[in-house]
Amino acid sequence: MTSRRAAPGLIQTQYPSADNLHGVRTRDTDWEGVRLHVVTGKGGTGKTTVAAALALALAADGKRVLLIEVEGRQGIAQVFDCPPLPYEERRVAVAPATADRPGGEVYALAADPEAALLEYLQMFYNLRHAGQALTRLGVVDFATTIAPGLRDVLLTGKAAEATRRREGGKHVYDAVVMDAPPTGRIGRFLNVTVEVSGLARVGPIRSHADTVQKVISSPETAVHFVTVLEEMPVQETLDGIAELAGLGNAGLQPGGIMINMVQPLTMSPAQLRAAASGSVDEDELALGLKTAGLDESRRLASELAAELTEHARTVTGQRAQRRRLAGPGQPRYDLPMITDGIDLAGLYRLAAALREQGAA
Amino acid sequence: MARAAAPPLDVDRLIDDRRTRIIVCCGSGGVGKTTVAAAVGLRAAERGRHVVVLTVDPARRLAQSMGLSSLDNTPRLVSGVAAAGRPHGTDETGEYGVSGGGSLHAMMLDMKRTFDEIVEAHADPDRAAQILANPFYQSLSSGFSGTQEYMAMEKLGQLRRADDWDLIVVDTPPSRSALDFLDAPQRLGRFLDGRLLRLLTAPAKLGGRAYLRVLNVGFGVVTGALTKILGAQVLKDAQTFVTALDTMFGGFRERAEYTYQLLRAPGTSFLVIAAPEPDALREASYFVERLAVEGMPLAGLIINRVHRSPAARLSAARSLAAAESLQPAGGQDGDEPRAAAQPGQAPDTLAIAALRLHAERMQLVAAERRQAGRFTAAHPLVPVAEVPAQAEDVHDLAGLRVIGESFPAS
Repeated sequence: MTSRRAAPGLIQTQYPSADNLHGVRTRDTDWEGVRLHVVTGKGGTGKTTVAAALALALAADGKRVLLIEVEGRQGIAQVFDCPPLPYEERRVAVAPATADRPGGEVYALAADPEAALLEYLQMFYNLRHAGQALTRLGVVDFATTIAPGLRDVLLTGKAAEATRRREGGKHVYDAVVMDAPPTGRIGRFLNVTVEVSGLARVGPIRSHADTVQKVISSPETAVHFVTVLEEMPVQETLDGIAELAGLGNAGLQPGGIMINMVQPLTMSPAQLRAAASGSVDEDELALGLKTAGLDESRRLASELAAELTEHARTVTGQRAQRRRLAGPGQPRYDLPMITDGIDLAGLYRLAAALREQGAA
Repeated sequence: MARAAAPPLDVDRLIDDRRTRIIVCCGSGGVGKTTVAAAVGLRAAERGRHVVVLTVDPARRLAQSMGLSSLDNTPRLVSGVAAAGRPHGTDETGEYGVSGGGSLHAMMLDMKRTFDEIVEAHADPDRAAQILANPFYQSLSSGFSGTQEYMAMEKLGQLRRADDWDLIVVDTPPSRSALDFLDAPQRLGRFLDGRLLRLLTAPAKLGGRAYLRVLNVGFGVVTGALTKILGAQVLKDAQTFVTALDTMFGGFRERAEYTYQLLRAPGTSFLVIAAPEPDALREASYFVERLAVEGMPLAGLIINRVHRSPAARLSAARSLAAAESLQPAGGQDGDEPRAAAQPGQAPDTLAIAALRLHAERMQLVAAERRQAGRFTAAHPLVPVAEVPAQAEDVHDLAGLRVIGESFPAS
């Protein structure tokens, strides 16, 4: 963490870290000190799934994690295969226990602006009755329609509140993961103060926004990007990371790049090159197929060669995208392709992959 | 195939039919909606239609694929569109079947500009300036997630009225859910016509108070709460904005109504775009149902990025078994060496890679078919077309053309 945030130009002397002194790596993740994990990504990249996997990964070692969704899609309920979530924090999964540590817990909350507004009124002004009247009058329609900044501050405010909530001197949640809006809207969503200050230069909602912004802009918050190795999602990731620097007062902390749906490589580099250029050795392939006892090995070889070429071109394109993702210098994590739909087992696999790579 | 086959969607018939004037492409984000919309537009142009594609996606790549450095709020002519040069259609009705002389324009929605233009058209200059400067207007016109949807529909209405093109292909905004695009204009309309606005515009009038009395709340409670949450200045700005907009209400509602009717009128067709994945197809299902409720004409579903195999007769299981039989001793899974791998012989790594890859491909094909089958089981009458997955991203008209060439119902 410290080295990542150090000013550019400083020469870092490499001392062996305490973790490595005895050749034993203790658990030390890339995001020590981060308590609010904002997960964004282009639509279709698996943002909600990755947010859920990250919550599971963070919950290992007996931790308690809250997963918040803010878009009213009930995506978390679908991922965890449970009934639609109410506006209430409830336990949706347990992280597996290891030999020497207890399992952790993942709580989930479907935040909606209306409930958040009522809660806000109750909490800060003791205005439950007026709040209900406001709802009936369409004040929430007002907030969501005319001033999206107001809606966003209610949602980010809920995440900030959960992140800072304490009971008995301890944080209630060890970490909060927010399944945030897609990359196209993330800047506006997280730029709470600026969005609200356009409307309210002073006043209570403004000071609330300032408080929320403080949490989001602090080193306690990191914004992770989910992408797949295709041109447009990668471009949105790069644009999104660049955009973070200009948000808040002094920029928001970019997090990791979660590369989703990565397929295993099944060919040698030489085979890949040959296949990508469309020159698969069909004789060699046909011989192999014949050896395996398959009929019509020549015809099959030419058909499979076409598949190899298509695959190799995809892989070549993916490599180019991977190089682009290295540009910003953020940690990158590979998540394997899970072919037959995501179920709880698939989520645990993704969570394990995140932990192995130090994301949690 | 065990599943009941969906009726084939004939996109060519749709775009060749001169009575088709508007094609709305909708679907959830990330399914390649914009690319498919552009491909539909190009194919229609190359089959003789005068087409404008209205997109809301700011992707520069799409603009570049059409040979434009960028897209803006003005339709730009796309060059390189091939002349149709095919014989006249021989359909006996003579209603469709066209040739030659098509053209393609493309534009990208600038929602703030479009909104500004509406305000300028509906208010006198002083009032317009007052509205444009109001912080609430600025927030609404550039920020509200529904504004984009509303303005896309507004632009569609403008293009239709201008009547410069005989086919408009519109790509809907990348909403969190496909349905936003139908709801947003009404949500904005509801707001502009809403109870709160009546309260804000006429707080002192008897009507406003009487209205509150019906709701059984004191007027002071409500304005007091609003002031507490928002601050007095915000409330004042909101009131000013709303008063200024008040004069335009009729205009807004008329326009929303016009657009809504346009979407239901003969000549409008909806194409729902999805990827062969559970989430995208679930959204597609919702959309199909919603269109039916609204009485809006659905042409069919396009499943984009479908995987196929030229060697489909070799199943995943057999392919995997064959790969394993070639695996040398001590290889994957620590299997016993099979008869095929002679000692000392180089392992058939190429064949192993090809067979494993093929097995994965066949599993993917099967999973996608199951997903598509689920959709068709729920909506057996909805015609379906499939666009094969492309190995590389679309970079030019040729790439868009390849997508269009997969449309003919086979």
